[in-house]
Amino acid sequence: MIYREAGDFKTSYRDDSQTFPIRLDRWGYYITLAVAFGIIPFVINDYWANAVLVPFLIYAIAALGLNILTGYAGQVSLGTGGFMAVGAYSVYKLMTAFPEVNIVIHILLAGGITAMVGVMFGLPSLRIKGFYLAVATLAAQFFLVWLFNKVPWFYNYSASGQINAPTRTVLGHAVTGPAATAPAKYLICLVFVFVLAWVARNLTRGTLGRKWMAIRDMDIAAEIIGVNPLGAKLSAFAVSSFFIGIAGALLFAVYLGAAEVGEAFGINKSFLVLFMIIIGGLGSIFGSFAGAAFLVLLPVLLKNLLVGGLGWPTDLAAHIELMIVGALIVLFLIVEPHGLARLWSLAKEKLRLWPFPH
Amino acid sequence: MNDMTSQGYVTPDGRQIGGTLMELKNITLRFGGVVAIKDISFDIRQGEIRAIIGPNGAGKSSMLNIISGFYTPQEGEVWFKGYRRGPMKPYQVARLGIARTFQNIALFDGMSVLDNIMTGRLNRMKAGFLAQAMWWGSAAREEDENREAVEKIIDFLEIQNIRKTPVGRLPYGLKKRVELARALAAEPKLLLLDEPMAGMNVEEKEDMSRFILDVNDEFGTTICLIEHDMGVVMDLSDRVVVMDYGKKIGDGTPAEVRSNQAVIDAYLGVAHD
Repeated sequence: MIYREAGDFKTSYRDDSQTFPIRLDRWGYYITLAVAFGIIPFVINDYWANAVLVPFLIYAIAALGLNILTGYAGQVSLGTGGFMAVGAYSVYKLMTAFPEVNIVIHILLAGGITAMVGVMFGLPSLRIKGFYLAVATLAAQFFLVWLFNKVPWFYNYSASGQINAPTRTVLGHAVTGPAATAPAKYLICLVFVFVLAWVARNLTRGTLGRKWMAIRDMDIAAEIIGVNPLGAKLSAFAVSSFFIGIAGALLFAVYLGAAEVGEAFGINKSFLVLFMIIIGGLGSIFGSFAGAAFLVLLPVLLKNLLVGGLGWPTDLAAHIELMIVGALIVLFLIVEPHGLARLWSLAKEKLRLWPFPH
Repeated sequence: MNDMTSQGYVTPDGRQIGGTLMELKNITLRFGGVVAIKDISFDIRQGEIRAIIGPNGAGKSSMLNIISGFYTPQEGEVWFKGYRRGPMKPYQVARLGIARTFQNIALFDGMSVLDNIMTGRLNRMKAGFLAQAMWWGSAAREEDENREAVEKIIDFLEIQNIRKTPVGRLPYGLKKRVELARALAAEPKLLLLDEPMAGMNVEEKEDMSRFILDVNDEFGTTICLIEHDMGVVMDLSDRVVVMDYGKKIGDGTPAEVRSNQAVIDAYLGVAHD
């Protein structure tokens, strides 16, 4: 009964086009922010940070990035893992080459480098679409993993072929390396997520976002209203790769601490992020978060339930998890191709009319 | 056509038509061995409603596609606002001030009506990438200004109530209207309408005719349209080009075209003995 636009008068276009036009949604947003920044850092422990919150935040960035490219601009990509690897190896090289520079700058630079690589691999999108583009980005995935495996310069000639994140601090607190504490890891990821999600929202509601969606929905009509397809597609690749590069950098430096490219950034990672945006909802900021939360939480939940609760063997639980995720993806593709975000908005639409639906 | 000098002319209902806005000279378009358009010349004057008619396969849509940059003719010249136009991509043509609608609606189904119409103003929005990412001054201000312009068009075409509806949910007639709105949002010098009334019932046709006349009247937009409904064409347009099998067989006011023997033959068929 209180979830209504009624009585919430908008007197300017800016108010009318704000992100959360309904008062209750606005409150929900502010409360979420207050809890995320004000309460969780003080109560978080290592288990919650490492198993749930930090991976959720990092994958949310990756999902946002892929959603910009696939959900908003309509360009399919299977190269997410490879681009995350670019972010990870860039930040590693920067961290070890310029130890005196702040890690935040390194992470942003790693995003920038990934953006450039993304644009390069996005060039085929000007000629090819759909399946063929997916295969072209798949080539990027395998090429990049191969590159980081074969060229020792990228892993500083270490004997194991692994990269290890040295300790770096932000405002006196270690955020990478073995000394990093759970709140520090959580907070640095949260700040990146907050800023990047805000940027993603601004870009997608403005001129650039409309160009992307125009190309996605009907490229011929987009051209006739004056959208340069070259600019629109490549900017989508650049922004998307920037996000994914930052996700890769955070995944390696903050979350994993040590990484081997084939294992951490293989094709599985590409599919994982793709599943996140399919389940969460293509072309939706909220969907990116929902999908990331779903696929990060599901294994944790199932593990606790099956192994902890029912006492099943771990490997059986792991297989069942794969089966459930697979079934869910098929189910979503058939029943609700727009994912959790659409379910959420349908629920809100119902709620707006409740209890008198007509 | 004695009164139609290059200085313009006055229509029977008293509107002053200006000089030449677009001129097509000896256009020939071939697809492989097929000649779609053969040596056609005509002009479009400032402020007039110009129709292109002809039986199916006459090359009308190809003509429109040449004007809007989808096809580049093998021979001939396209002049716009006094300059000869080289081969151009459609988005470059759009930036010159030529907007169009499509025979089969080409809207962005995933976006709301408002966003669809806002895309018509993309070329007027110049805020830089950073300003957009941060939603800083220029980006937000530009959005408001263009929203205001778009709202005027929404009022003009009477689609206020569907502003926030996703386009995919709209019925056919309204989609056509939204497409017109998107084209108008660009404030074009020349508006190309490819069968704006195809598949409409009588009332929808009447609405659409009224909007086309109003657009011409209020914004002074020059309009070039393709239409099959003869009644509509004869009522709306100031001058008509008639095409048949890629050739021009008539050009003039509706009355002149109606009494042209070649046109009658093309439409009604001619007895072969």
